Amino acid sequence: MSESVLSISGLHKRFGALQATDDVSLELKAGEIHTLIGPNGAGKSTLIAQIAGSLRPDSGQIHLGAHDITALGVARRARLGLGRSFQVSCLAEPLSVLRNVMIGAQALQGHSFRFWQPVDRDPSLLAPARAALERMHLAHRADTPVAELSHGERRQVEVACALVLKPRALLLDEPMAGLGPEGTARLTELLETLKHEVPILLIEHDMDAVFRLADRISVLVAGSIIAHGDSATIRRDPRVRDAYLGD
Amino acid sequence: MSVTLLIEQLINGLQLGTMLFLMASGLTLVFGVMGLINLAHGSFYMVGAYVTALATVSTGSFLLGLVAGVLAAAAAGAIVELLVIRRLYHRQHLDQVLATFALILIFSEGTRWLFGSSPLWLSPPEALSGSVALPGGSRYPVYRLVIIAVGVVVAAGLYLLIAHTRLGMRIRAGESDREMIGALGVNIRRLYTLVFALGAALAGLAGSLVGALQSVQVGMGEPVLILAFVVIVIGGIGSIKGALLGALLVGMVDTLGRVFLPALFGQFMSPSDAAGTGTALAAMLIYILMAVILAFKPKGLFAAHD
Amino acid sequence: MTRLHPATTPEASPSESRSWLERRHLVHGVLLAVMLLAPVAAHLMGEIYYVNLASRVALVAMAAVGLNLAIGYGGMISFGHAAYFGLGGYVTGISAFHAFDGSLVMGLPGSDNMLAIWLAAVLLCGLLALAIGAISLRTTGVYFIMITLAFAQMAYYFANSWPDYGGQDGLPIYLRNTLPGIDTNDALSFFLICFTALVLSMALTSRLMRSRFGAALTMARLNETRLATAGISPFPIRLVAFVISAMITGLAGALYADLNGFVSPSMLSWHLSGELMVIVILGGVGRLYGPLAGAILFVMMETLLGGLTEYWQFFLGLVLLGVVLFAKQGVIGWLAGRQQHE
Repeated sequence: MSESVLSISGLHKRFGALQATDDVSLELKAGEIHTLIGPNGAGKSTLIAQIAGSLRPDSGQIHLGAHDITALGVARRARLGLGRSFQVSCLAEPLSVLRNVMIGAQALQGHSFRFWQPVDRDPSLLAPARAALERMHLAHRADTPVAELSHGERRQVEVACALVLKPRALLLDEPMAGLGPEGTARLTELLETLKHEVPILLIEHDMDAVFRLADRISVLVAGSIIAHGDSATIRRDPRVRDAYLGD
Repeated sequence: MSVTLLIEQLINGLQLGTMLFLMASGLTLVFGVMGLINLAHGSFYMVGAYVTALATVSTGSFLLGLVAGVLAAAAAGAIVELLVIRRLYHRQHLDQVLATFALILIFSEGTRWLFGSSPLWLSPPEALSGSVALPGGSRYPVYRLVIIAVGVVVAAGLYLLIAHTRLGMRIRAGESDREMIGALGVNIRRLYTLVFALGAALAGLAGSLVGALQSVQVGMGEPVLILAFVVIVIGGIGSIKGALLGALLVGMVDTLGRVFLPALFGQFMSPSDAAGTGTALAAMLIYILMAVILAFKPKGLFAAHD
Repeated sequence: MTRLHPATTPEASPSESRSWLERRHLVHGVLLAVMLLAPVAAHLMGEIYYVNLASRVALVAMAAVGLNLAIGYGGMISFGHAAYFGLGGYVTGISAFHAFDGSLVMGLPGSDNMLAIWLAAVLLCGLLALAIGAISLRTTGVYFIMITLAFAQMAYYFANSWPDYGGQDGLPIYLRNTLPGIDTNDALSFFLICFTALVLSMALTSRLMRSRFGAALTMARLNETRLATAGISPFPIRLVAFVISAMITGLAGALYADLNGFVSPSMLSWHLSGELMVIVILGGVGRLYGPLAGAILFVMMETLLGGLTEYWQFFLGLVLLGVVLFAKQGVIGWLAGRQQHE
C-alpha cells in the first residue's frame, strides 16, 4: 500500500440538531484520485470546509502527510501543501487571470512582506503562473479580467490557482461543472496525468467522469460514509443505488 | 457620605444608561433591519431638543413641547429616509458613512444658520423641578428620576412592540430575511421608512429630555452618538437586548469612573496628579471597556448577525 | 455576472485605451504642477497667505494619502485616522514644548529638530496603529468602522483631559521647529518640505502597491478567501498596511502642527477623521492622485465658500451628498477617466 497523503479520521461536526458530519474517515493516497460523491444535502460542503480549514470540526483529526492540521487555519494548510478549488468560483473579479494565479506563486516563495520590487516584471512569479495557465489551456486569457470569463473558464482558473501552489494534495470541488463536453474531456485527461504528481480528492457530480477517473470512491449520505471502494464495487452496492443512484 | 455618593452616582449612571438606550435602540434597529450605518442619528437628537425648546417656549407647556419634539424628529427621520437613506441600503458601508456624515453637516450647519450658535435654554417643567430624599439624606432631582422612568417605559414598550405586534414581527422577519418578507406582501419600503422614523423619534425623545438638563445647542448629538456607537458595538450590532445591556454598562462605567477613578488614584498619588490621571483615564474608560470586550468577543456580547 | 468596471477592460481598442492613459497622466501632471507652481507664484507676488494655504493643501492631501492606503487599497474603512494625525501633531508640540523650556519628557530631552520629531512621530503612530489595528482588524464591516472611531475618540478625550499639555486649550508651538540647512520659517521653504513629503508618500504608495505586499493587500481587499487559499494570511498583511497608513498620516500631522504653530485636541476629533474620509472620497477612492485632487477641492471649497458664508459646511454637506449618491468615481475619475487596471 502506498502512503497516505491526506488522512481524515473520526470527523464530527454538528449544527444544532443536525449531524452534518458523522464519524467520517477518509484517506487520500499518493498517485490516486479519490472521489467523494453524495446526493445534495449529504454534507459534502461541510466536509470540504473542514478539510480546507474554514470550519473547525467538533472532533476528529485531519493529517496532511505527517502534520496534524486539524487546528490550523486556511492559509497554514495551504502553505503545508493543500491546494483546492471552489464549487462557486472564488477569484478576484476585477483582476486579470494572471494576477489571480500569481498570488499563489508569490505565496509559494515565502512571506509577502516585500515592499519594493514590482510584481508585474518578476519572472519568478510570472513564469510559474503562465505555466499553470498553459496547463489549463488558458494562456490566451492571461490578461483578461476574471469578470469577463465564462463560468467554465473560471473553473479552470481555479484549478490553475491550485496547481501553481505545487500542492501535496489537491481538493477539487466540482471542477467539471459548467465546462461543457469538450472542456470536461480535456480536464478529465489532465486529471488523469496530474494524479501521478499530486493525489486528488475530487468532489464531482458528473458520474461519467467519476467512474472514469476514480481509483476509489467514497459515498457520503446524511453526513456519513455509507460505502467505499472502486468503481465496480460502488456501482454494485445496493445501499448506494438506494441512496444515490437508485431513483 | 460615601454610600450616599454611591447611590447618587448609581442613579446618575442609570439615567445616562436609559438615555443611551433611547439613542442606541434606534441605531441598532436601523442597522439590524436595513443594514445601514447612520451617523446622522445624533441630528435627530438635536432636532428633538431644538423643537422641544422652541415649542415649550411658545406653548408654555413642556409636555406639548416634548410631543412636538418627538414628532418633529420622527418627521425629520421619515423625510431623510425618503430623500436620501433609501438610496443607501444597497450601498457599501463607506458610502453610508459619507452620506450620513454629509447629513450631519447639513443638519448642524442648517440649525446654526437658523438659530445661531448660542445655546437655547430649556428647563424642566415646574411640577418636576423638586427633589426627593435619597437614603443617606442627600436630595435627588425628581426630573432625573422621571427620565429614568420614561426610559424604562420606552424600553418595555419597545420590547412589547417587537415581540408581540405585527409590526414587530415584520421587523424581526426583515432582519432575518428581506426577500421572504417582500414575498409575504409586506410593503418593505414603507416598513423601512417606519422603522427609520421610529428610531429618529426615540433619538428625538432622548434629545428633548436631556435638553432640559443641559443646554440645547448645535453639535449636542455628536458625543451621545459616539457613546451610542460604543453601546451597540459592545452589545452586538442589531441586538436590542445588547443595546439595553450595553447602554446600562456604558452609563454606569462612565458615570462611576468619572467620580471614583480620581479618588482611587488619590490613594497613591499626589492630589493634583491623581486628578489629572484619574480624569484622563476616566474619559477613556468606556473605550477601554469596549476594546477589552471586543478582544474576547469581536461581535459584541449579543451578536445578532453581521 | 455583471462587469463592475467596464472601462478597465483591456479589450477596449488600443488607441482608445492609450488616449485614456495619456489623459490620465496629463491630469496627474497638471495637478502636481499646479500644486508646486501656484505657491511659487504666490511667493513671488508676496502672498504669504496663499503659500501657507498650499502647505495646508499638501499636508491634508498627505494625511489623506495615508488614509487612502487603508480605505482605498486595503478596504479597511478607518473612521479614526484623526488619532494618528493628532498624535503626530502632539509629538511636534510636546517636543517643541520641552525643547523650549529644557525639561525632559519620559527621560528624553525635547528637540526642535524636525528630523528627530518626524522619526518619533512616525514610530509612535506606527506603535499606536499596531495596537489599535491588532484589536480592530479582528472585526469587519461596521464593527471596524465604529471601533476605529471609538479608539480615536479615546485619544481625543485623553488629550482633552490631560492637563500637562494644555488639555482642551491646546498647546502652542512658539518657535517653528528647525531643519538643518533650511529656513523653516520661510513660508516657501516650509511649503517645499510639505510638498516633498507629499510626493514621497505618493511615490511610496505607488511603489508599495506594485510590490508583492501590494499584490497581497489588493487580494485581501478583493477576495480574502482567495488570498488565504493561496497560503497568505490576510490579517498580518492588513495590519502592516494599516500601520504604514497611520505612519503617513501621522507624519502629515507632525508637519501640520508646525504649519499652524499650534496643536489641540481638534486635530484628534472625529470631524477630522470624517473630513479626511471626505477628501479621499471626493478625490476618488483607491486612486493614487485622488487624495491630492480631493484636498485641493476641499480646501478650495473651504476657502471660497467659507469666504461667502460662515455656514459653508452646509454646502459641503450638499456637495458631498451629491458625490456619494451620483458621482462614485470622485474628481479623479471624472477628470482622468475610470480606474485603470492595477
